[in-house]
Amino acid sequence: MLDASLRELPDATPGGRLAENIMHFARVLRRAGLPIGPGQVLEALRAVAAVGLDNREDFYWTLHAVFVNRRDQRELFDQAFHIFWRNPDILGRMMSLMLPEMGAMQDNAPKGEEMSRRLAEALNPSNNKAKEQLEDEEITLDATLTWSANEVLAKKDFEKMSSEEIRAAVAAIQRMRLPAMEVKTRRYRASLTGSRVDMRRTLRAALRGGQGYIPLMKREKRVRRPPLVILCDISGSMERYSRMLLHFLHAVTNDRDRVFTFLFGTRLTNVTRYLRYKDVDEALARCGDAVNDWSGGTRIGHSLHEFNQYWSRRVLTQGAVVLMISDGLDRDEAAGLTIEMERLHKSCRRLIWLNPLLRFEGFQPKSVGIRAILPHVDEFRTIHNLESMKELVAALSLDAPRRQGGMRMFKDEAA
Amino acid sequence: MASQSAHLPTSVEETLTLLRNGNYLANRSLATALFLALKLNRPLFLEGEAGVGKTEIAKVLSATLGRKLLRLQCYEGLDVTTAVYEWNYSRQMVEIRMAEATGTGDKDALESNLFSDAFLIKRPLLQALEPDVAGPPILLIDELDRTDEPFEAYLLEILSDYQVTIPELGTIKAEHPPIVIITSNRTREIHDALKRRCFYHWVDYPTAERELEILKIRTPQAAEELSKEVVGFVHRLRKMDLFKQPGVAETIDWAHALTQLDVMSLDPEVINDTLGTLLKYQDDITKIQGSEASRILNDVRTELAAARA
Repeated sequence: MLDASLRELPDATPGGRLAENIMHFARVLRRAGLPIGPGQVLEALRAVAAVGLDNREDFYWTLHAVFVNRRDQRELFDQAFHIFWRNPDILGRMMSLMLPEMGAMQDNAPKGEEMSRRLAEALNPSNNKAKEQLEDEEITLDATLTWSANEVLAKKDFEKMSSEEIRAAVAAIQRMRLPAMEVKTRRYRASLTGSRVDMRRTLRAALRGGQGYIPLMKREKRVRRPPLVILCDISGSMERYSRMLLHFLHAVTNDRDRVFTFLFGTRLTNVTRYLRYKDVDEALARCGDAVNDWSGGTRIGHSLHEFNQYWSRRVLTQGAVVLMISDGLDRDEAAGLTIEMERLHKSCRRLIWLNPLLRFEGFQPKSVGIRAILPHVDEFRTIHNLESMKELVAALSLDAPRRQGGMRMFKDEAA
Repeated sequence: MASQSAHLPTSVEETLTLLRNGNYLANRSLATALFLALKLNRPLFLEGEAGVGKTEIAKVLSATLGRKLLRLQCYEGLDVTTAVYEWNYSRQMVEIRMAEATGTGDKDALESNLFSDAFLIKRPLLQALEPDVAGPPILLIDELDRTDEPFEAYLLEILSDYQVTIPELGTIKAEHPPIVIITSNRTREIHDALKRRCFYHWVDYPTAERELEILKIRTPQAAEELSKEVVGFVHRLRKMDLFKQPGVAETIDWAHALTQLDVMSLDPEVINDTLGTLLKYQDDITKIQGSEASRILNDVRTELAAARA
C-alpha cells in the first residue's frame, strides 16, 4: 500500500520538527479517511507560517481551515488534533493497532462520510477496542434506545442467495436499464433545429463565410435526468423482497448519476456510497454492514421525519423524483406519518410509491399507514416480481403529467 | 464607507478588530480562516445554515476595507454568459453592417475588431479580475450550492489561478487577485476539487453570550431585558426538533420587530403575534404557538432570574 511505503521514508522535510510533525499529522488524517494530498500539507505549512505559533487555538483553526472541508470531518479532526499534538506517538501506535481495519477502509477513503464517523469512534481512546466489540456495543445501545423490544438486529447474510431462480432473476435485474425521464434544464446547447438563436455562433459563422449574409445558428435547451431518491423499506414484512430490491437499487444506482438511496426499518440509513460499488456482491455486503435494522419493525413516520429533517434539503434539489418502496405497514400506527408524507410530497417533483402488497387482487388500503400515505403520492404501483419491475421502468420513462395536488385541494374546498 | 486607505490585517487579532469595526462579531476560528484567506490569497469557503451571517462577512469586508463588492448570486442554470462575459451581439451586427455599407471590407481586421474589448460585456467574475483603484475587489459567490455541477467546474480555473480564458481573446489574468468569499447552504455537497482550493469554515450558530453581544450591536434600541429574553428564547428553540431552526438573522429581525412594537419584555401574546419573523414553516409555528411558547418563556424567565440572583 502506498501509505505503508510512505511511512518507511526517512523524515527529510526541511523546516525543522514542526514541518515534520505537520506532515505526520496530515498522514494520520489521511489514513483516517480525510482526502488530504501533499498540496494541502504544503499549504498548511504556509498557513502556519502566516498565522504564527503564539496561540494554540489559532494553530488549531489554521490547520482546521486547511485540512477540513466538510462539516462531518470536524469531530474526527478535533480528536486527532488533541491526541496528536499532545503526544504524536500515542496516536501513531493507536493507528498501527487498528491498521487491519484501516486497510479495509482505505479503499473508500475519499468517499468516507460514514467511514470517518466510525473511525472517529474508533480513534476515541475510551472505546478503542476491536471492531466486533464496538459493534456489540452499538447493538446493545440500539436495543435500549429504540422503541421495539422485538426489533431484530440480526445482520443479513447475503451469502445465502444461491438458488438457481434467484440467480436468474438477479441477472435479469442487472440488465435492466432505467430509461431517462428527462427534464429540460436552463442550459442550452447548439442544435440545428432549436427554437432560439445562438448569437455567438451566428456571428462567428457570418465572419467565417463572408458571403454577405448571416446564417442563423440555433440552440435548444439541454435535457437532463432529474436526481432520483429512493427510500426503501427493509423491515420484517418486506423481507421477502428486500434482497431483490437491493439488486434493483444497485442496478439503478450504477446506471445513472445522481441516485441517492436510503434504507429504513426503525431508522434511516444512507447507503448511497455503498451501492456505487460496481461489484454487486461487494456493494450489498457493505450495505449489510452499514444497516443495523434488517427485518425488524417499521417506523415509517419516524424514518421519514429523519429524512425530511436531515436529508431532504440536501438531496431533493433540482427537481428530484422520489421512489418510496414500502408495504405501508407501520408499527407506530402511522404516528406522524401524514405530516411527514405531506412534507416529502411537497419537496419533490414526483413521488412514486411502490408497494408489493398491491399484487393481491382486491387489495384494499385498510391499514392506517397505507391510508396515511396514499393521499400524498403521485403514483402507486406494485413491485413484487420482474414483470412489475419492468413496468416500473417503463413508468419512470414517461413524462409525468403536471401535478394537480394544490389545485385539487382548492377545488375540494370550493365544492 | 470606512477609510479608503484601510489595509489588510496582519494578524488574527487585527482581523477580529476589522470585522468588529464593521459591526460583525466573529469568533476566533472564523477570523483565523478569514485571515488565512486574505494573507495567502485563497478563496474562503463558508458553509452553514441559512441566516448565520455568511454573506454578511463579504459585505462587512467590503465596507471596512473600502473595496468594491462584486456579488454573483448563483441559481440553477447559471452559465458563462451571465457569470463571466458575453459579446455585445447587437453592436457586433451593427459593426458588420457598417463595414458592408462603407465597403472597407478587410475581413481579418473586421474579425479582430469584432471580438475585442470594446464588444465585451463583462459580468461579475470577469470584473473581479480587473484592477480597481481601491485595491482588488471582493468577489462574493453566493449560495454556490444552487448552481449545477458544470458551473462549479468552470469556477476551478478562476479560483486557483485567478484567470479566465476567452477563446476569441485569450487568457485574462488578474494582476492582483480579488478576495473571494464563497457561501453555501449545503443543499448539496460541493465537489472536493473546488473545496480543496479554498480555506473551509463551517459557520455555526453563536453561543448565547455572543448572540447577545450581536443583538446589542445590531439593535441597540432594544431594551437589555428584552434582548436577554429574545436570545434565551431563540436558543431554546434551536434545541427543539424544528424543521428550520431560527438563524442569527431571524433573531435580529425578531428583536427589531419587537422594538418597533414598543415591547419592553416578552409575553406569550406578543410571541404568538410575532412568531412569523422567527419561524418560517407553518408546522414549526403551530408547534410552538400557544402553550409551548409560554412554557419556553417561563423557562427563560426562571433562568434569567437565577442568573441575576
